[in-house]
Amino acid sequence: MAGKAWRSAIQNLLRQWGFSFNDMEKTKAQELSQVVGVMMRESPQPRTFIRGMQTVTLIPGDGIGPEISSSVMKIFEASKAPIQWEERNVTAIQGPGGKWMIPPDAKESMDRNKIGLKGPLKTPIAAGHPSMNLLLRKTFDLYANVRPCVSIEGYKTPYTDVDLVTIRENTEGEYSGIEHVIVDGVVQSIKLITEQASQRIADYAFEYARNNQRASVTAVHKANIMRMSDGLFLRKCREAAEKHKDVKFTEMYLDTVCLNMVQDPTQFDVLVMPNLYGDILSDLCAGLIGGLGVTPSGNIGANGVAIFESVHGTAPDIAGKDMANPTALLLSAVMMLRHMGLHGHAKKIETACFDTIRDKKVLTKDLGGNSKCSEFTNAICQRVQDME
Amino acid sequence: MASHSAVLSMSRLLSPFRGGLLGNPTKVFGTTLTSHRNKTLLTGDNIPPPAKYGGRHTVTLIPGDGIGPELLNHVREVFRFSCVPVDFEVVHVNSALETDSDMDNAITAIRRNGVALKGNIETKHTLPPSVKSRNNVLRTSLDLYANVMHCQSLPGVQTRHKNIDIIIIRENTEGEYSSLEHESVSGVVECLKIITRNNSLRIADYAFRLAREKGRRRVTAVHKANIMKLGDGLFLQCCREVASGYPEITFDSMIVDNTTMQLVSKPQQFDVMVMPNLYGNVVSNVCAGLVGGPGLVPGANYGQAYAVFETATRNTGKSIADKNIANPTAMLLASCMMLDHLQLYDYASLIRNAVLTTMNETRLHTADLGGQGTTSEVVQSIMRIIQSKGQLISEF
Repeated sequence: MAGKAWRSAIQNLLRQWGFSFNDMEKTKAQELSQVVGVMMRESPQPRTFIRGMQTVTLIPGDGIGPEISSSVMKIFEASKAPIQWEERNVTAIQGPGGKWMIPPDAKESMDRNKIGLKGPLKTPIAAGHPSMNLLLRKTFDLYANVRPCVSIEGYKTPYTDVDLVTIRENTEGEYSGIEHVIVDGVVQSIKLITEQASQRIADYAFEYARNNQRASVTAVHKANIMRMSDGLFLRKCREAAEKHKDVKFTEMYLDTVCLNMVQDPTQFDVLVMPNLYGDILSDLCAGLIGGLGVTPSGNIGANGVAIFESVHGTAPDIAGKDMANPTALLLSAVMMLRHMGLHGHAKKIETACFDTIRDKKVLTKDLGGNSKCSEFTNAICQRVQDME
Repeated sequence: MASHSAVLSMSRLLSPFRGGLLGNPTKVFGTTLTSHRNKTLLTGDNIPPPAKYGGRHTVTLIPGDGIGPELLNHVREVFRFSCVPVDFEVVHVNSALETDSDMDNAITAIRRNGVALKGNIETKHTLPPSVKSRNNVLRTSLDLYANVMHCQSLPGVQTRHKNIDIIIIRENTEGEYSSLEHESVSGVVECLKIITRNNSLRIADYAFRLAREKGRRRVTAVHKANIMKLGDGLFLQCCREVASGYPEITFDSMIVDNTTMQLVSKPQQFDVMVMPNLYGNVVSNVCAGLVGGPGLVPGANYGQAYAVFETATRNTGKSIADKNIANPTAMLLASCMMLDHLQLYDYASLIRNAVLTTMNETRLHTADLGGQGTTSEVVQSIMRIIQSKGQLISEF
């Protein structure tokens, strides 16, 4: 590698590990050797796995979770993907000091494997502890929620040719949960925007665009009203754009994005935004391609942790009846394979899934057919094996 | 009104005893009762139209930036052609200035006339954060608490969804648009979202009264109370309280992300929607997109004593300014809403019918609807239709 690229690679790594730089140019030789030493010791797991099985933590979840997880495992087995599953349960337990946390074996498994696949989790009401999704987010510092929305050929919606990705900041913003009653009848809710989190998400968005051959990144904001907060977010996005000149950068108001999205979604590519706008827009885009039952999603955390999940609910009314649709979890698993660099297997499974849906012979109830989940799974397995 | 007069008559009865223990009961009951009773402003029909002098109304006109000036010129052209008895007092606001004197003039003019028609004023990011969005300043100073937008599918416009008929009522003054921000630590910015009981009750009351007046069956409150439990929880609670007073109208609530998902798949299920400020921004833009775009939907901002009319999606349209391709429909329909507010119903329906006939029957569309027409061609067509209907002759 050329000198400058080597230095910037080390700087990126250092930044990832929490060292901050004030002066970009002067890296002392001592620091450099220190870093090289650390790198030699650390031997991070390479993303592209050439040989051997990769272990992935599987969290089946509640409701229809176990059925769709077993569907996914079956399909992966049929396609001979080099994935080994480690099943874990994440019911909240109360640790020392009364703090709610996930079971230690789940945490240890995740930290070791770095990649996870999660089914839908039940959100308890009045159980005393926060929602499991929130707990997972806090435990692994999952700062980016990535949702690629691609129109599915066999599933007709009024919108065709949708192909965009929403990247949402997942930790702060309007969902910081800081609320006070100032006077009786007046409530104040605080939206928090920090420089660090905004920079992290902006950098991730451009990295994602670069790694997935995306042409442009659009920052969504409302800086005309929220000058300082969204202004800070926008500044960080502009700085990240400067560092990634090969990706085009535009900025657009939230209302303009909504307006144009429902008229012509093809004009958007990668969208990056703070928490609340991301929540609304990602669900809007999911609605464009057919709803939460067919949308994959991934959460990227610090330290290389990535948890891929299906975002629909637990559907307790159809749990155990073999009626569930495993598409969302399957597409999330495909996203996971791409993240790990196993593009061949990802393409195979994804094509099998889309072909089965396009065929319309075996479809689950929510897609318009009346087949069972197991029949749908078997159809996909058959297609995958035929592709060998 | 009955209870108010009952209290007054009671006080008259008790006046001989005023010096004693009871005091004046109107002082105790009067303020709360009267303040609620004065809110008879529904769609603006109950207050007498202001500034009517010599049979002509005066309306403040704020051209704004982008396509605002040219569209408002067309409105004036159509009004002059149809002999509408409205005079416009034009007030310019320069968005590049850092001082507020321009806005103060505009606000005083609106206070004087009571009614305004405006284009969108641009907010420049390069100015320091102390210079707030001028449109927002206008809305909060005049306390225009309700933003009403009626989205209807037009038969002449090709859209993906048909038969949409949604009224969106959006709280216009507080919520996320309070513009209260501070940077307590360097790199950490806090933005406050304020929800108050009074404003939530006010907007919910407005929504239900409007629904009742228009004969609507269902009101949906849009919120995010699962995350913002106190803030949106308060809003939802106020809506429920007001809903209990309108038993013939069904009330339900929906979380905002589910709402947007439902809007793009099945928008026909919605009837009237009420929501706080930011969600109102998102939902109103989504609905405007669903019925055909920003050039078609008019919007109105109502307060207790003032009303300001503009396009619903408040776009400046800088990229299409002065090119004669902007769609004049939204601004013309907004001016018709203004004429309704001034109780000039005949003129309003004349112009509205002409606009809708051009849109639906002659199918002369501008570029945003996929047509080839220019703004001036559309306006000429509208004026031709008005002329063919016979101009209104005044009674003198």
